[in-house]
Amino acid sequence: MNFAIFLLALFDGIAYAALVFIVALGLTLIFGVMRILNVAHGSLYAIGAYASVTLTGYALSLGFAPVLAFPLMIVSAVLVGILIGAPLEKFLLRRIYDKSEVLQLLMTFAVFMILEDVQRLVWGTRPYFDSSALQVLGNVTVFGVTYTAYQMILLPLVAIALLLGMRFFLRHTVTGKLITATTEDREAAQSIGVDADKVFLFTFVIGAILAGLGGALASPTTSILPGMGADMIVLSFAVVATAGLGQIEGAALTALMIGLGRSFAVYLYPEISVLVPYLIMVLVLLVRPEGLFGTPGARKI
Amino acid sequence: MSDVLLETRNLVIKFGGVTAADNVSLKIHAGRNMAIIGPNGAGKTTFLNICTGWIKPTQGQVLFEGRDITPLPPRKIVQRGVARAFQIPQLFTEHTALENLLIAVSARDHLRNPLMDMHAIPERDEMLHLLDMVGCADVADTVVVELSEGQRKLIDVAVALALKPKLLLLDEPTSGVASSEKHAIMEILIGALKEADVTSVFVEHDMGIVEKYADEVAVWNSGDVQLRGTPAEILEHPDVIRDVIGEGV
Amino acid sequence: MSSTTEQRKVNARMKNPLFLLWIIGIVAIAAVPFAMPSLQLLVSFAMAKGLGVLGVTVLLRAGQVSFGHALYFGISAYAGAFLMASMPGTDFVIVLIAGTLGAVLAGLLVGLFVVRYRGIFFGMLNLAFSMIFWSILEKFYHYTGGADGIRLPRPMVLGNTLDHVQFELVLFYTAVVLMVALGWFTTRWFASPVGQLFQTIKTNETRLEYLGVSPRRALLSGYLLSAVLCGVGGVMMGMAQGVVTPEYVWWVRSAEMVFIAVLGGAGSVQGAFLGALIYEFVRTYASVYAGDIWQMILGGFLLIIILFAPGGLIAILNSLFNRGSGKGGTGK
Repeated sequence: MNFAIFLLALFDGIAYAALVFIVALGLTLIFGVMRILNVAHGSLYAIGAYASVTLTGYALSLGFAPVLAFPLMIVSAVLVGILIGAPLEKFLLRRIYDKSEVLQLLMTFAVFMILEDVQRLVWGTRPYFDSSALQVLGNVTVFGVTYTAYQMILLPLVAIALLLGMRFFLRHTVTGKLITATTEDREAAQSIGVDADKVFLFTFVIGAILAGLGGALASPTTSILPGMGADMIVLSFAVVATAGLGQIEGAALTALMIGLGRSFAVYLYPEISVLVPYLIMVLVLLVRPEGLFGTPGARKI
Repeated sequence: MSDVLLETRNLVIKFGGVTAADNVSLKIHAGRNMAIIGPNGAGKTTFLNICTGWIKPTQGQVLFEGRDITPLPPRKIVQRGVARAFQIPQLFTEHTALENLLIAVSARDHLRNPLMDMHAIPERDEMLHLLDMVGCADVADTVVVELSEGQRKLIDVAVALALKPKLLLLDEPTSGVASSEKHAIMEILIGALKEADVTSVFVEHDMGIVEKYADEVAVWNSGDVQLRGTPAEILEHPDVIRDVIGEGV
Repeated sequence: MSSTTEQRKVNARMKNPLFLLWIIGIVAIAAVPFAMPSLQLLVSFAMAKGLGVLGVTVLLRAGQVSFGHALYFGISAYAGAFLMASMPGTDFVIVLIAGTLGAVLAGLLVGLFVVRYRGIFFGMLNLAFSMIFWSILEKFYHYTGGADGIRLPRPMVLGNTLDHVQFELVLFYTAVVLMVALGWFTTRWFASPVGQLFQTIKTNETRLEYLGVSPRRALLSGYLLSAVLCGVGGVMMGMAQGVVTPEYVWWVRSAEMVFIAVLGGAGSVQGAFLGALIYEFVRTYASVYAGDIWQMILGGFLLIIILFAPGGLIAILNSLFNRGSGKGGTGK
């Protein structure tokens, strides 16, 4: 492996890790607060990507500048959060918070099945591709390797900003502290006047927006196809499980590990590159069943 | 003095900065009912957790019949003859009272025949008798979720007794039970323990119960066993009156 | 004393109108090749799938759901296909056994790992393993034929070479026998001491540990049974279709199995097969009109069952029949 290929693999890995982290962040936030694993999270990611490409394509056809792709990504993500995330929490999940974990899992799985077909109905099975955002930012050359500025600079920056922003939000803002309090002890939080229903709704919408944003940000770098949601939910679960459910900083490190592992495998052993994230997950969980950063919870008896 | 059944040697347990046990050495003799008393949060339940391998001590050893059981998981310790009843009954809530016992005895006797109906196992009569011993024969076919807390506590003990243990650890057998029922439940329990010929250690808050049913009392305070003796000696000790009994009132 | 209990139970069973219904159902199925030959293949598929669904059902009894059990369905079918490819003319029985063994082996390997987890992790790790196997099948096409899969040619049957009509008949009745035998075994196993210990995973593992039993071992016993059931179903399906593709392992297949298990009645043996039969019929005839929104319909139904009929078809049947027999005074 020469130096240029090494750099390429490095950049690929970081860009990929940034995207996976953004999606995994939403998944782990929802789990941390609500103790629900939202299987439909992958669909929200896919719909975010589809929405972003559609909106951008429409804006371009009206003659707007390609730079409009960036605000449209945010618009797509927010639409996913509000139009799909909010009703999902309010009308479905809210009915099953007191039910068993398996039932909750089945429920979000059912939603996932429905949303997979919704995508096919709305966008068909034809792949979509729109790289205007990539072209707007152009390329950068580092040590003789040319790479898109979008993937090398923007994606990692967004991921780091979201990580820091989420930390700040949860630890230093009133709303964030309310969320943390509800996570730790729902009844105690309610007894001091926290509206747990609102906290859950808010958390779920934020989580859904992150999934949508992941998809929107991924859209210029990949073709958008049916099935991408299924891949993403399993991958982001792998990240979240390897890190330890509910661990935000851990998810960032794990995403980086898995992203780099995968991109180096693409250059070294292309056949197994898809398997690398799962191999990492299985290896980590064999040694630490609660994940790299999770703490084993002993049941009180 | 009778044989030592369970012994702890220099147990130290620390959670973060808190010391729940500090160099505790305690011997439990076969054939007696020992009560452990002490203020809330003194680490009595932690002690039972250590003795059964649920958590591991920071330092020190637990010996059962002279052999070191410290590193073993609970199931291995149970297999050697230590059973446990819980403060919050740990039962199979979707099964009936009798089925809970049948499952326990299936585990004890390693019943593996996949075609045999659990209700037709030869041990069924033995389990019906055990249910009768704890005064729950009339609820044999009632699903656990429909039982009262007192009945659940008794069945929890019966499940432990079904294993034919040499030593039974009881964590607050009368807590969560209406005070009018406490003595009745203890009568049943002590009767059952006598009939099953099992040594017991029970954590208890009610001094009336301790006085009446314990052969020996150990006082657990500030992470240490500070006193042990007969109920009469211990319950009149000024330290006990100040730290333990005073708190309970 | 136990023989009288047994006798009483048999009597009770004979009086149960549902038990009679099952007997009638099995006889009706056995008559399909003569009465309605056009449905024979469809019912074969339904029974093979029903065996896989029964595997998922077993796990539901311990309160666990696997989103990846198509893995065992696929592994056994591929094991059968590889065996036929390397030793053409192998006997039908050998293929059946080899496929099942393949599933057991995979079940043991994956099982030893996943029984450390419950709930969310258990469900998702099973899904991850099935997706790993799916990508191996797709990527290593030199060995697996990639997305086209590999053919599973018609095996010999006890030394005889059969034409496809005869072979399909053999497959059909083998499926009937397997359905009845494995259904009966699973029912007995649920009621047996080992099966009961396995089912306590659902309610209290702490007590299980304090009975001297390893919860992981208890879960593994049921996990292996579930892999066997899926394995038998998978290799039967492979032989019935004559070709095995990565689609067998695809997560949609796993989801379908979970769906049918919940539809039939979570935890019910008869429900697994009843659900599979109804599912295959509806899919064959409805997917012509609703192929594009098939998953959506399934997902919608799943939501409705979870929210409004958590006992599934079996609970509905039970309540119907018990109400009916309640008037006669024999109902519970």
